[in-house]
Amino acid sequence: MNVFDIIGPIMVGPSSSHTAGAVRIGKIARTVAGGQPVAVTIELYGSFAQTYKGHGTDKAIIAGLLGMAPDDERIKDSLELARQAGMTFKFRKSHNKEVHPNTALISAVDQAGKKIIVQGSSVGGGRIVVNRINEINVKFNGEYYTLLIPHTDTPGVIAAVTNLLADQGINIAELNMYRSHRGGEAMMVIETDQAVKGEQISLIEAVKTVKKAVLIEPIY
Amino acid sequence: MISYDSIQELVDKAKKKGKLISELVLEDQALQMEQSQEELFELMRASLQVMAEAAAKGLTAVSKSASGLSGGDANKMRQSVDAGRSLSGKVLSETLAKALAIAEVNACMGRIVAAPTAGSCGIIPAVLLTLKEENNLAEDRVVMSLFTAAGLGMVIAKKASISGAEGGCQAECGSAAAMAAAAAVELMGGTPQMSAHACAMALKSVLGLVCDPVAGLVEVPCVKRNASGAANALIAAEMALAGIESTIPVDEVIGAMKAIGDAMPKSLKETAEGGLADTPTAKKIARDILR
Repeated sequence: MNVFDIIGPIMVGPSSSHTAGAVRIGKIARTVAGGQPVAVTIELYGSFAQTYKGHGTDKAIIAGLLGMAPDDERIKDSLELARQAGMTFKFRKSHNKEVHPNTALISAVDQAGKKIIVQGSSVGGGRIVVNRINEINVKFNGEYYTLLIPHTDTPGVIAAVTNLLADQGINIAELNMYRSHRGGEAMMVIETDQAVKGEQISLIEAVKTVKKAVLIEPIY
Repeated sequence: MISYDSIQELVDKAKKKGKLISELVLEDQALQMEQSQEELFELMRASLQVMAEAAAKGLTAVSKSASGLSGGDANKMRQSVDAGRSLSGKVLSETLAKALAIAEVNACMGRIVAAPTAGSCGIIPAVLLTLKEENNLAEDRVVMSLFTAAGLGMVIAKKASISGAEGGCQAECGSAAAMAAAAAVELMGGTPQMSAHACAMALKSVLGLVCDPVAGLVEVPCVKRNASGAANALIAAEMALAGIESTIPVDEVIGAMKAIGDAMPKSLKETAEGGLADTPTAKKIARDILR
């Protein structure tokens, strides 16, 4: 905690959890989709579902999907801006006792027509936790440079990727591996202290069984 | 390095070094965040500017929030002050107008600085910006006073809470008022110990205040509680500057706030299930909005 956690952040109101945090969840979905999606469906849970109109949570998530930051004064006009930008959107209220009360599940169709899913929870003060990417349950908060690396669960993949990072002097703050089942779909989530560059991403994507590497820049 | 475990620790260290609390906090944060004091000062100046913009915007706004529950009251208050109809003196009336203004800008999805939260964002700027205007204070001094507010706020956040969902409104508007009172005392030439007493007195006045937002929105009663929070800060600062002391030391008051927050039922902690949110009018509003 520092002074700017107390006097700050600079944000568009009315609620750090229902507005600022929601923008951040939208922005991460945009990054995972590799840019502005063509169409999105957003399921809202708990308090997000109950109060999204009054808190502008819908506008905030769409603003994030359009690439805005939590202090962007255009957030309140984001639904209209999305229509102008050709992004269609749909909101649905959902129930699930298992998820945090301020949770949004974003399903998006990217420019190439591929479907991606990002689920995130706003956990207070504008801070978030991403808990699902596509079909895999994950956990990260966007505080670091975060690499999402979907791959097939095979021996040596983690070693190959972390060696590439080590060669570039990139320090790993946290590394987690999630898999659907042994030898199945898996996801590495690597949080690093330094930025990972474009050429390093290409090298990681060349590792056997790695499907893709997505870099999410720190969101705070 | 400062631990931010106690406000008295801040006061004692400031006294020992012959510094203001703000100077001590800025020095410490520069070390902890590995940035220069100048960089942090400029970041805080940018926050003060956003606060001033929000106040100016809200004072003349006529628009309503998406729910229609808030907007336009700051404008009424300002017009009343401009017409010379201040009941309790210009400083207080101007402060109330700004607190309403910033809280309304927040409700209408305008840009604000959470201080310490979005729901309580009007209190600290209303007090400090009014004192600046009424006393022709240099901007740099007001920027510094925000470091005092933040330093004390860090202790409150660490030892109790600044979240309505965890501690009720006492933790949001109460903490903001306590931070504002301490900053106001420093701004007006009081000692670090006086700031601590002001912080304690402001917090004591709202112990037990629940968070009961109508329809779960940061509007009713939040906007007007920003006005009362700002008034509370001025009252506490005025008493502290007169040499009045809090019998219960500030850190014990914070401990009491924590205990009260823990004992508070969940229905009164931002869930919109109890208090004002559970009144017939509030329930009707909620039904209309959710439809």
